[in-house]
Amino acid sequence: MTETTAGTQRGESPLAYLKRTWRQNIIYIGFVVVFAFFAITLHDRGFLDPNNILNIARQTAIIAIMAVAMTLVLSSGEIDLSVGAVAGLASVNTALAIAWGGLPAGIAAGLLTGIAVGLVNGFLSTRLLIPTFLTTLAMMGVAKGAAMWISGTAAIPILDRTYPAIFGGGNLGPLPSLLVWMLAVGIIGHIVLLRTKFGRQVLAVGGNVMAARYSGIDTGRIKMAVIVISATTAALAGMLYAGRLQTGRFQLGEGDELSVIAAAVLGGTSLFGGKGTVVGSIIGALMIGVINNGLILMGLEYSQQLIARGAIIILAVALSQAGSKSGQG
Amino acid sequence: MTGAAAGWTAVDLTDISKRFGGVHALREVSLRVRAGEIHALLGENGAGKSTILKILRGVQVPDSGSIAIKGESFPALSPQLAREKGIGMIFQELSLVPTLTVAQNIFLANEPLTARGLIDDRLMERRAREIFALMRVEIDPTAVVADLLTGQQQLTEIAKALSQNAEVLVLDEPTSALSPAEVDVLFGLLRRLKAEGKAIIYVSHRMDEIFMIADHATVLRDGRLIASRPIAEYTLAGLIADIMGKETRNLSDFVSESSATDEVVLQVEHLSSRQRGGDISFSLRRGEVLGIAGLLGSGRSRLARMLFGLEPVGSGMIRLKGKAVTIGSPTAATEQGIALVPEDRRRQGLVLDHSIQANIEIPILKRLGRSFFVDKKRSRTITDKTIERLAIKTASRAAPANALSGGNQQKIVIGKWLATEPDILIMDEPTAGIDIGAKGEVLRLVRALAAEGKSIVFISSELAELIAVSDRIAVMAEGRLVEMINKSDLLTGDSELRAEQKLQIIVQQGGRAA
Repeated sequence: MTETTAGTQRGESPLAYLKRTWRQNIIYIGFVVVFAFFAITLHDRGFLDPNNILNIARQTAIIAIMAVAMTLVLSSGEIDLSVGAVAGLASVNTALAIAWGGLPAGIAAGLLTGIAVGLVNGFLSTRLLIPTFLTTLAMMGVAKGAAMWISGTAAIPILDRTYPAIFGGGNLGPLPSLLVWMLAVGIIGHIVLLRTKFGRQVLAVGGNVMAARYSGIDTGRIKMAVIVISATTAALAGMLYAGRLQTGRFQLGEGDELSVIAAAVLGGTSLFGGKGTVVGSIIGALMIGVINNGLILMGLEYSQQLIARGAIIILAVALSQAGSKSGQG
Repeated sequence: MTGAAAGWTAVDLTDISKRFGGVHALREVSLRVRAGEIHALLGENGAGKSTILKILRGVQVPDSGSIAIKGESFPALSPQLAREKGIGMIFQELSLVPTLTVAQNIFLANEPLTARGLIDDRLMERRAREIFALMRVEIDPTAVVADLLTGQQQLTEIAKALSQNAEVLVLDEPTSALSPAEVDVLFGLLRRLKAEGKAIIYVSHRMDEIFMIADHATVLRDGRLIASRPIAEYTLAGLIADIMGKETRNLSDFVSESSATDEVVLQVEHLSSRQRGGDISFSLRRGEVLGIAGLLGSGRSRLARMLFGLEPVGSGMIRLKGKAVTIGSPTAATEQGIALVPEDRRRQGLVLDHSIQANIEIPILKRLGRSFFVDKKRSRTITDKTIERLAIKTASRAAPANALSGGNQQKIVIGKWLATEPDILIMDEPTAGIDIGAKGEVLRLVRALAAEGKSIVFISSELAELIAVSDRIAVMAEGRLVEMINKSDLLTGDSELRAEQKLQIIVQQGGRAA
């Protein structure tokens, strides 16, 4: 009953502010620490080489893009386990559609794949009230199966020249286009969550669905929107994979759902809804990428990489959550 | 009162101090509770009641002071130690697992085992039955807790404490969700437990209950001990003066002249719920406060939910300013100028982890600029105005709702609905579980809103409060509106009875005719 309130307090020094809120910002501190650690220990192995840095960005961008949408999903108190499989399905459909009807058909096919999957997930969750954990878990299998069936498990080459240039293959000036996509999706996601009415409603639904309903929010519609956005973003990610590799293939994106959720949670988004940060999720994705890259450069074997990566992620999440249990009264 | 037990000291907390950061939650507070006594622990929210109870429960460690349980001294307690020494806590927000059975809950983490080391369900059920028999209440140990009435859940909590041989029972606002009949059962049980020599610490905001059940009262204010005396030495005014520490406003101060006009804003005709039936007819005028009285389950909250589009209407008609309307959703209700301050502010009213500003924004997003984006400046202005107008005590508008006391949380809920500028404000138990000071503020606010020309439907179980604030009072029973009473009828007349007593009789009987 006597606890003080959070939030910025007037007349506080930056140091005191940092001291009070460091746990909320652990991801940024962690990112700097990990980056500095590799920069120092691996400076002779080319960690800081611009090509290596761009490489990290390229490898991470697609995960980061999906993590932006996942931030919305988690903030609304839902989850989407089907993103990786949807990416694979979208890559296959895009590649096939390009072969059949050229570039516009390919783009339409990819995006429609996402919208369709999202509508199904959303319908099952908001109308039949099946938890998204189950609907999207099931959809993960359905989407993967569909991708395998449609493609006959074969890789489908993309011969169109323009497509890869737009979707993740080429460069825009000095920047890889993947990075541009990531920044664009990130900025939009950040503004949507933080500054728009829709974002407020997403957070309210995730924070307390009943209070949101009593406040006149159509909670079903908000959840539906978030689920469709997630699937469509996953489809975009699949199209970027396809562009980067000039191939559509069912394995693209396989297992990404876990990296995406890890990135979001690492960034400070709550698995239980009501709290989310898009910037944190992107940094979370980049941090996972930096760790992967650093561990490879250190010469660790794949098995060791897996263990080290898991340990670092657990450490970061534990640090960020240890102090967040606010005392009650 | 009887002093008969003249019991030995069961709990002896002496000169307890506790600070949280720079805040003194407790300064040299003592609490001495004897066996065979019902001891009221009183104070406004933030007075230190929760802190001293947490120290007794072993959840908090005092900075200084001594703790003795049944004569045995401890520097500090842990939750396990407190339980071993017979401290049993009955929580305000029930701590039962809704999906488990009554027996499973009573013996949770304490299950009797069979010879083979497995849980002995039958023994558990038998022992639960024995405990309920001792308590002289009828609850089926095999029932799932979620299916029980609130009163039965409360009794299950007590059974759980008793099963752990609790000698000291702490009850925090035990009656806040109980119907009068359930309160009677609870009080009967407490009196028997007292006679058996249990020490009972009773926290409540309802003064009538304190005078009915308690033997002794300890009053805290701002973390200090104000007084500890037998309840017989107190008058109501004296006790309230100790709790609040300033001149108290008599509730009758609110009996102001009506601001009701002749313009009917809401007309309800033979309204019934699709699921539960009923028959409700009344009209509400501009500037009027219509009180709704009735027992728990009489359909008061259902009426509120039907008017706010949260519960489907079976038959009947709702007219707003003469025009027949259907209100299918809270969004539609809000657009029609209706607002609902719901019954359960923590679950239905607030996103507790979110800031005051974020909570106030939710129902008014449409008004915060026409574009896709939230007009932050406007939102800040509205929030600051609300904080000022309702005197919400907070360090900043960015503070999360759960950092505030119950009374201030309730003000946020009221504030967020006032921000929608409704014509009709429905308030469902707006003063439940908040301290007397905040209660007075809420009642005054209701009158002020009515004077501004808003129409208010005020649902409450506290009859004195209903009489104080309402122009007319509707009594509900079994989903029907059975009686419409003008306040003047209650306040005048030749009967010996006070207004609350007259109203209580009507409520209990389910109408005057019955």
